[in-house]
Amino acid sequence: MATTKHILVALVKDKPGVLNRMASLFRRRGFNIESIAVGQSEVPNMSRMTFVVNGAATMVEQVRKQLDKVVETVKVSDITGDNVVARELAFIKVKANSANRSEIIQIVDIFRANIVDVAPDSVIIEATGDEEKINSLLNLVRGFGIKEIARTGRIAMTRGGKGPLPVQKKPPRTLAKKQKRPTK
Amino acid sequence: MKMTGAQMICESLVKEGVEVIFGILGGAILPLYDALPQYPQLRHILVRHEQGAAHAADGYARATGKVGVCFATSGPGATNLVTGIANAHLDSSPMVAVTGQVARPFIGKDAFQEVDITGITLPITKHNYLVMDAASIPETMKEAFYLAGTGRPGPVLIDLPRDVQQEQAEFNYPDRTNLPQYKPTLQGHPAQIKKAAKLINEAQRPLIIAGRGIIISGAYAELKELVEKAQVPVVTTLLGTSCFPESHALSYGMIGMHGMAYANLAVDAADLIIALGMRFDDRATAKVSGFAPHAHIIHIDIDPAEIGKNVHVDMPIVGDAKLVLKELNKLVDKTKHIDWVRKLDEWRKDHPSLIIRGGQSLLPQYVVRQIYEVTNGEAIIVTGVGQHQMWAAQHYWYDKPNTFISSGGLGTMGFGLPAAIGAKVGCPDSTVWCIDGDGSFQMTIQELATIAQEKVAVKIAILRNSYLGMVRQWQELFYGKRYVATPLSSPDFVKIAEAYGLPGLRVKRREEVAPAIQKAMAEPGPFLIDFIVEPEENVYPMVPPGAALAEVLEEPRKGAKAVKDSAKLPVSNI
Ligand SMILES: Cc1cc2nc3c(=O)[nH]c(=O)nc-3n(C[C@H](O)[C@H](O)[C@H](O)COP(=O)(O)OP(=O)(O)OC[C@H]3O[C@@H](n4cnc5c(N)ncnc54)[C@H](O)[C@@H]3O)c2cc1C
Ligand SMILES: Cc1ncc(C[n+]2csc(CCOP(=O)(O)OP(=O)(O)O)c2C)c(N)n1
Ligand SMILES: [Mg+2]
Repeated sequence: MATTKHILVALVKDKPGVLNRMASLFRRRGFNIESIAVGQSEVPNMSRMTFVVNGAATMVEQVRKQLDKVVETVKVSDITGDNVVARELAFIKVKANSANRSEIIQIVDIFRANIVDVAPDSVIIEATGDEEKINSLLNLVRGFGIKEIARTGRIAMTRGGKGPLPVQKKPPRTLAKKQKRPTK
Repeated sequence: MKMTGAQMICESLVKEGVEVIFGILGGAILPLYDALPQYPQLRHILVRHEQGAAHAADGYARATGKVGVCFATSGPGATNLVTGIANAHLDSSPMVAVTGQVARPFIGKDAFQEVDITGITLPITKHNYLVMDAASIPETMKEAFYLAGTGRPGPVLIDLPRDVQQEQAEFNYPDRTNLPQYKPTLQGHPAQIKKAAKLINEAQRPLIIAGRGIIISGAYAELKELVEKAQVPVVTTLLGTSCFPESHALSYGMIGMHGMAYANLAVDAADLIIALGMRFDDRATAKVSGFAPHAHIIHIDIDPAEIGKNVHVDMPIVGDAKLVLKELNKLVDKTKHIDWVRKLDEWRKDHPSLIIRGGQSLLPQYVVRQIYEVTNGEAIIVTGVGQHQMWAAQHYWYDKPNTFISSGGLGTMGFGLPAAIGAKVGCPDSTVWCIDGDGSFQMTIQELATIAQEKVAVKIAILRNSYLGMVRQWQELFYGKRYVATPLSSPDFVKIAEAYGLPGLRVKRREEVAPAIQKAMAEPGPFLIDFIVEPEENVYPMVPPGAALAEVLEEPRKGAKAVKDSAKLPVSNI
């Protein structure tokens, strides 16, 4: 069956084991998850997860429905066809010395990336963009010698007004209780 | 009120209306067991293996519709539950399993009898919890029972570290759960229901396939109303057996690999399938690409993830079967499908799938038929897995709702005896027969001791064919009759029963069958009958693996050949 790349976004209650539950639904079907990014959402105690997976559309839809059934899940959407902004962040530690540092800086500038650390024998480049952009940057700096790479995996958001996930008007009851009242 | 975690568990069980717990204790769950005597309303039944605890809770749940409860200790106790939990998961049976865990400071250190049971059961539970403080027990228990019993039911596991059971905390049982994100859809979408009614009203050859969802939702009356109002014939899945009276004129039995030939032909010829609370399991559909080739499909199911999973559905309705049918029934026309029903009756006459050969030999089908006769079809039948399971489904007419209890999805040999214990404990006024295979029975035979100790009046019929018969049948038909590892020797089950303190009989001849069953019925307590049946009897009809429903094989002794080729079916002029 033809596989295509899918981006799924999920809004889930922030509880121990949730990521495990979600990831295992991909695992049991033999899916390789290309990337997962998890972080806080706009709602307190709710996380947003972004999965990038390769799979047949019907299979991905089946997984999406199963993810939706995980008790902590509020909603899961496949936003693959949507008009989205998608980015990942990468740190690339490149070998550098006084002789080639300016050349590296030039490349970094072209990619509108930043140097966030300079050491006598290396620099750390911070780059944001889609995977292609980061891959091209990597290709260009590879010649200098790469010491380390760390990439976050993709996060994505649909453009314009209404997102794919429901806006939580107020946080659920017990969670709300835990939040302290603002003191004036 | 302040109390220990163990007391909180018991209080919660009482609040949830639990009457019985099946289990085995050990160090990590000892504090909980120590609190049990303070709650005499909670009956504890000591089983002989934790698999039996889970199956008994499952059998109890299926027979009563209530949530079944089982306890086990940490480590091996918990892992022994796993098969029973998976079984409940696949057949959507509501269950709460409570396991002891090593004390909190020891978790994650490979402590004595520590296993990560929440990790192990993650894919086979509807949800599970590792409770890390006693204060969260009330909310956890409330959620566990709510999740297990609502929506599409299923097993929930609660793992309780020993020191949490001993910890003191305030007990306030919440009256509602706080799960805003968990909202099973119960009411069907009105527009979808309207469209479905239109399809039904326009269909020439409509057919209902009713599944276990009807039993779970208790939609017996609503199903009957639809059938009679629109005159739609009914077939069922294996687990749908007993959701509709089988002696009803419009009932055409079970579909699938071992379904009735005429039921499978009906699916093949229908122009509209109304699938009610069934999940198109591959044993039910046979080859998916050849399933109901001429039909539009309406699928009514509570679980959105079941829609379109195995077959393409034209009209999905997500909701509870009972509630959806109530609405649907208002919109369907009172009609008749005289030609279609006549066609099905013809097929039923031409392809009698349930004829029992005459002669001397003791046929397993004959035993099942006699159990039907003697019990007036009023017993609850619980089965193991194999040929005997199929015969129990085929040769007994289920007219009373929810009287067939069997392991369908996981197909767990060993389910029968403990599940029958659970069913009998849950329905003490019903006659419960466990129809088991000699192989299946020996997987949980030790539960005879539970029956003896707790005086559970289960009647046991073992169809001893001296084979792992279902597998032998496959070897005969598809592996050149090479009977590798299927011949099965068994002990004298009557002596075994005796050793456990139970009465029993051995039966070898046809004329002894009915008297033996009558004797078992006359006995107030449990009774075992060891039926020595024809060893190489096969289950027919049979749809060979990879074939479509219409390519069903009938009893070869009556000329084995495909009954009908779907391509040749005169569909247009039915
Ligand atoms: C040896 C062997 C042979 C077998 N041969 C056959 C065979 O020939 N034919 C056959 O059919 N099966 C056969 N089976 C059983 C088969 O494997 C499946 O277990 C069975 O077909 C499932 O039936 P079901 O879909 O009705 O029930 P389940 O699997 O229990 O599914 C129930 C469905 O109902 C839904 N539901 C639950 N609650 C509600 C509600 N309140 N309202 C609406 N929907 C609800 C659920 O979401 C689910 O989709 C065999 C099994 C074994 C072990
Ligand atoms: C726990 C388990 N192990 C193996 C199987 C595979 N299996 C399916 S049917 C069967 C034979 C069952 O034998 P028996 O209980 O004697 O029933 P019979 O088919 O002879 O009536 C086996 C081994 C199974 N379903 N469950
Ligand atoms: Mg056998």
